[in-house]
Amino acid sequence: MSETMRAAPTKPNRGYGRWTPLWFLAPAVLTLFLIGIYPTIFALVTSFRRYNITRPREGFPFVGFENYVAVLTDSTFWSSLLLTAKFYVTVLPIQVVLGLIIALLLHKPGMGLLKSLARVTLVVPLATTYAVVGLIGRLIFNRDFGVANQFLGFAGFGPIDWLSTPGGAFAAIVIMDVWQWTPFCALIFLAGLSMVPGEIEEAARLETSSKLALLRHVQLPYLLPGLTAVMILRSADVLKLFDMVFVMTRGGPGSATDLISIYIQRVGFRIFDLGTASAQAILLLIITIVISRLYIRLLYREVQ
Amino acid sequence: MRGKILHAIGLAAIVVFTLFPFVWMVMASFKTQSDILASPPVWLFTPTLQNYVDIFADTKVSGAIVNSLIVATLSTLLSVILGTPAAFALARYDFRGKSDLWFWFISNRMTSPIVLALPVYLLAMYANLLDTHIVLILIYLTFNIPIVVWIVTDQFKSIPPDLEQAARLDGADQFTIFRKIYLPLGAPGIAVSAIFSFIFSWNELLYALVLTRRNVQTAPVVATSFMSGYELPWGKIMATGTVIVLPVTIFALIVSRHMVRGLTMGATK
Repeated sequence: MSETMRAAPTKPNRGYGRWTPLWFLAPAVLTLFLIGIYPTIFALVTSFRRYNITRPREGFPFVGFENYVAVLTDSTFWSSLLLTAKFYVTVLPIQVVLGLIIALLLHKPGMGLLKSLARVTLVVPLATTYAVVGLIGRLIFNRDFGVANQFLGFAGFGPIDWLSTPGGAFAAIVIMDVWQWTPFCALIFLAGLSMVPGEIEEAARLETSSKLALLRHVQLPYLLPGLTAVMILRSADVLKLFDMVFVMTRGGPGSATDLISIYIQRVGFRIFDLGTASAQAILLLIITIVISRLYIRLLYREVQ
Repeated sequence: MRGKILHAIGLAAIVVFTLFPFVWMVMASFKTQSDILASPPVWLFTPTLQNYVDIFADTKVSGAIVNSLIVATLSTLLSVILGTPAAFALARYDFRGKSDLWFWFISNRMTSPIVLALPVYLLAMYANLLDTHIVLILIYLTFNIPIVVWIVTDQFKSIPPDLEQAARLDGADQFTIFRKIYLPLGAPGIAVSAIFSFIFSWNELLYALVLTRRNVQTAPVVATSFMSGYELPWGKIMATGTVIVLPVTIFALIVSRHMVRGLTMGATK
């Protein structure tokens, strides 16, 4: 790692050696190695063993690819991946559209004070502890005294048994996720909109009175990198999603909200089949690495 | 004129949308059990402080908040100590493997905690570290170090190189330059990254759920543990939720300008 290192221009003494960056990097890298890579390797080894800690007498024998075969032929694993994908394609368009509307409202000139207030409140959902979002969801979507059913009543609809019907539970976690993460999309789009050079936007506003034309021809190019970031980061987040759903539904009723992280957690820590759970986790890790590669490829050109 | 009114209505709608669930929780935390269970829900009620009195008298809740404070503070401190020198190297030097290092840091942001929770649970069990502060503090470094490194590298890059040239001519070595120039001038970025570390550690549930038993349960774990049993103590649950969320919300408002950077690892500026 030495020859590409920038040589010190004048005095190559005292702390300008080729190994200097190593001294600065070593503490962080070694720590992350110990707490990140080492457990990952341990998980990889575990994934090739029969490893049920409720039955320690059987030992933990190596079984080759048995766990992987079991996982890949397990229809529950696939259906929970599919459900995770369904969740993603449900929340993403809603968050993108709502986020864009919010960003445009915040970008529009005028209304200084109200606009600052709205801009600041966007941070609140993002900071709310994910588990607490789940608690709030349990309260809002309660069948008997939840405010969601009261709102439905105002609109002339009958009450829904949100958390004990498959469709209702899925809708409820979608709504809570939309509440928490729409501000994230809005803030990213707002950053994109503010990159449009002022003169160009002014000129375009004089040329056309159509907001849609302005959006399509002037603002869109500045929004696209943000959109890419949103799509990739949200996909990783949905694969990670655990806290809010665990608190709200525990994956139920049945398997209606059994997203992938919830499912693996159950196999590992309810059934204590750690061999199978590790194989599932390794497969999830592989998916994540592909997503991260994509993210870097598309958004970190300057680092490459 | 009509456009202005619509704009104002739109902005007001944003405020209502983002604050409603939060406000609804805070309102419930001041309600009696019978007010919470009222159907349809009541919007006007006589507030009571009883729920807060109850949770602070409950050693389980106050103990959990202390645990959360210990874990989040120490993990943040450690990640700043370990992360800032790494950020210095990344901001100042070009070396082979740099982009791989970045990739590794970013992957840490993306990876589901369940991937590490399984092996760390087993390793902690064998090392007799289950239900200790130290195991949570260490595992939280997996997401805290990357966030510190990212934000601080960015800040360090913006420090003008002339300052360093001058110090170099005076014979200062790299460690002195890091300590005397980069640390003080990078302080705002370090503070922002520390706040993010704190928020992420404070909010974390999965690792805490899996790696703790009774002694070091953190606040989110205790809040969710109320969620079992037949008649739920809704007022206490919502009061606990409020107490958990309030400090991080204040922190988040302080760093609100950097929120996007913190959550995207800087893909969009």
